[in-house]
Amino acid sequence: MNLKRVGNQTVVFANPPVILSSYSVVGPKEGQGPLGKTFNKVWEDGLHGEKSWEVAESKMLQEALQGAIDQASIQKEQIDFMLAGDLLNQITSSNFAARQMTLPFIGLYGACSTMALSIAVGSMLIDGGFARNILVGVSSHHDTAERQYRLPTEQGAQRAMSAQWTVTGSGSVLLSGSGEGPRVTSATIGRVIDYAVKDVNNMGAAMAPAVADTILNHFQDMHRKPVDYDLITSGDLGAIGLALACELLKQSGMDMGTRFTDCGVMIYDDSQDSHAGASGCGCSSVVFAGEIMQRIKVGELKQVMLVGSGALHSPTTALQGESIPGIGHAVVIEG
Amino acid sequence: MADQSLRKPGIAVTPEKYQKLTQQYTPKPTIVKNVVRAFIVGGIICSIGQLFINFFISLGLARVEASTAATATMIFLGALLTGLGIYDEIGKFGGAGSIVPVTGFANSIVAPAMEFRREGYVMGVGAKLFTVAGPVLVYGIATSIIVGFAYFLLHL
Repeated sequence: MNLKRVGNQTVVFANPPVILSSYSVVGPKEGQGPLGKTFNKVWEDGLHGEKSWEVAESKMLQEALQGAIDQASIQKEQIDFMLAGDLLNQITSSNFAARQMTLPFIGLYGACSTMALSIAVGSMLIDGGFARNILVGVSSHHDTAERQYRLPTEQGAQRAMSAQWTVTGSGSVLLSGSGEGPRVTSATIGRVIDYAVKDVNNMGAAMAPAVADTILNHFQDMHRKPVDYDLITSGDLGAIGLALACELLKQSGMDMGTRFTDCGVMIYDDSQDSHAGASGCGCSSVVFAGEIMQRIKVGELKQVMLVGSGALHSPTTALQGESIPGIGHAVVIEG
Repeated sequence: MADQSLRKPGIAVTPEKYQKLTQQYTPKPTIVKNVVRAFIVGGIICSIGQLFINFFISLGLARVEASTAATATMIFLGALLTGLGIYDEIGKFGGAGSIVPVTGFANSIVAPAMEFRREGYVMGVGAKLFTVAGPVLVYGIATSIIVGFAYFLLHL
């Protein structure tokens, strides 16, 4: 067997899958942010005329998925699998979106790292000869996340300064074994790393060790250095998580320089009062599908690493006194 | 516990040291600012309550009845402002100053009611009405029963 796995956790694709297209749909807050113009569609409010936020989130995911299909000028019948996930219990937004799309469906959960995870798994399926075209999409919604993980949305509570704002957004990409476009060249699947962070208001701190571990293992497995990449961005570490990850990497002998940033700090500006930054599956997916893909296509970025960051938080175990484990999945895209 | 015999995390920082790093990098709550804001907002809410008490006394109610009427009015206002989507803005600014007064209690009941209306009136609103205020009711009522019983015993 010709093993495409290198080192501890990384896979290198023999025929790197092509990203034929990408599409992003966001809510008003994201549309008002610094990346507002990079999104394909901005909704005027989070409900969009639907009867609940959960229905709205599923609708947003469907729009993103359909958008990626339309942009690639591909027939839906040519898509072999759909990979999707979100933050809700039973990944219900994705299940209902899959029902509408009627494609063979693989549901995935990686918390906020689901986009990177889905791109990695989708690429493995294509490079492994199991599929020709794969549709990948994730979503998150501020209000569905608040009512499930925290408090009712009209509750007058103060958020901690370390808290992050869940993005209302959905990003989608279409992966293919043929065609032209940026290619996914390798992926590093992360391990769950738990550094005993129990503060549910500090997800960045919970995720930083996992992201740092994945980055270290990626460079070790690939025999590369940070300078080999034009941009390394985590999914949603936020300002605090990003600073902690940088510090962890520095103390582990890896200086990331200025090329390490985070989608969660890119999507909102200070005036939007998001506190530590953005979070949610939607965060990395819409920033990747919009801003990053656009910069790759114009040739500004040649080699990019997206490290999805997930806080594997469960309200049940958190109340039982458990900590919040984290995970980070990396995918490398070459323009 | 993680299996220590397998390949350890590559990060050269122990969890203990990481706790210290986290404390260092996490911004401390702005206690002075929060306290001042809570004082202002809580003070305003209670002053409004006092105005209502005075108003009801001027209408001829006895002191105790006026207090009860004022409390009911404040609860109504808290519920109204929650329904209008304004109370969470006040809460963001005022913190404990908006949570502790009875208007905060109203907010903590109306907010779940609005939220879970989509899951129906029985299993949604009915079952989840007290998800936030529940502990206050349970331990407040339980404590008053214990205190009442102790009072009864002391006076035997």
